[in-house]
Amino acid sequence: MGHEDLVEDAGPSGFTPLAREQLPWLYSLARRLLGPDRAEDAIQECLIKAYRGFDELRDPQAAPAWFRQILLNCVRDRYRRDAAPRREEPVDPLPEYSLYRKIAEEDPWPYSDSIHLDFLHSFSQDDVWNVLDRVDARYRVPLVLVHMEGHSTNQVARMFGVPQGTVLSWLHRGRKRFEQQLWEYADERRLLAVGKGGSR
Amino acid sequence: MISCQEAVRKLWEYLENDVDAAQRADLDGHLALCRRCCGEAEFTDELRQMLRSSSGPHLPPGVEGHLVAFLDSFEGEPQ
Repeated sequence: MGHEDLVEDAGPSGFTPLAREQLPWLYSLARRLLGPDRAEDAIQECLIKAYRGFDELRDPQAAPAWFRQILLNCVRDRYRRDAAPRREEPVDPLPEYSLYRKIAEEDPWPYSDSIHLDFLHSFSQDDVWNVLDRVDARYRVPLVLVHMEGHSTNQVARMFGVPQGTVLSWLHRGRKRFEQQLWEYADERRLLAVGKGGSR
Repeated sequence: MISCQEAVRKLWEYLENDVDAAQRADLDGHLALCRRCCGEAEFTDELRQMLRSSSGPHLPPGVEGHLVAFLDSFEGEPQ
C-alpha cells in the first residue's frame, strides 16, 4: 500500500500502517534527544497527536516531515517543562575543558603518531549514544538538534523562544560536557587500554 | 590577536560557519600562527564529523512491539 492510499483512507485503519512506517526513524530521533528511558513515551504522545490531527495531512509525501514536526513539538514541550535551564537557576561557569589537550597530556598510545584520531576511532556507534546519554538533557537536546540533525542555532532559538546567544551558550556547555564524558567513558570502559594493543 | 582561550571557545562556530566576518578574520589570524590551536581545530572538525555522521539507534524489537500494540489500540477509537 502506498502513501496515497494510506492518506486517502484517513480513518484509524489508514493511520496505523502509515505511522508504523515512521517508527524506526522516530525512535532514532527521540532516543538521541531524550535518551532510552523517555523516547518511547514521547513517541506515544507524538502518535496520539498525529492521530488526532491526521485530517490535516494533505500531501502523502509530507508524512515524514509532518511526524517529525509533531515529535519535535513534543520534545520542545518536555524540554521547556523539565530540562531548560530556568532564569533563576545559577548558570554554570563556561567550562574550558579541552579533550584535545587532555588526550595529548595523558598520551594513551605513546607509540602512535595519531593519538587524537585513534581516540575517536575507539568509539563504536553504541558508545557515542551512551556518551550522549550522559550529557544533561538541557544541553543534549540543542547539541543533537544542531550538531547531529543540522538545525541552525537560529532555528533552535525560535523553537524554544530564547535568544540565539542562549542557544550558543547551551551548545558550548553541551559540547564541553560531551568531550569530558568521552574521556571518562573511554577510561571507565577501558577503551584506552584496549587501544594500546591495537584497534578494537 | 585573540588568545588561545578565545580561539578555542569559538572553534565550533567557526567550523560551522556560524561566526561573523570579524570573528572569522580573528580566528583565521590566530590559526595561521598557533600550531596547537590548529591541531585543536582539526580534532574539533573530526569530532563534528563523528557526531554528524552518527547513524541513529535502531528500534529495539521490544520497544517496537510496545509501539505497534499502542497503535493497534487506536483501532475503533474516535479521532
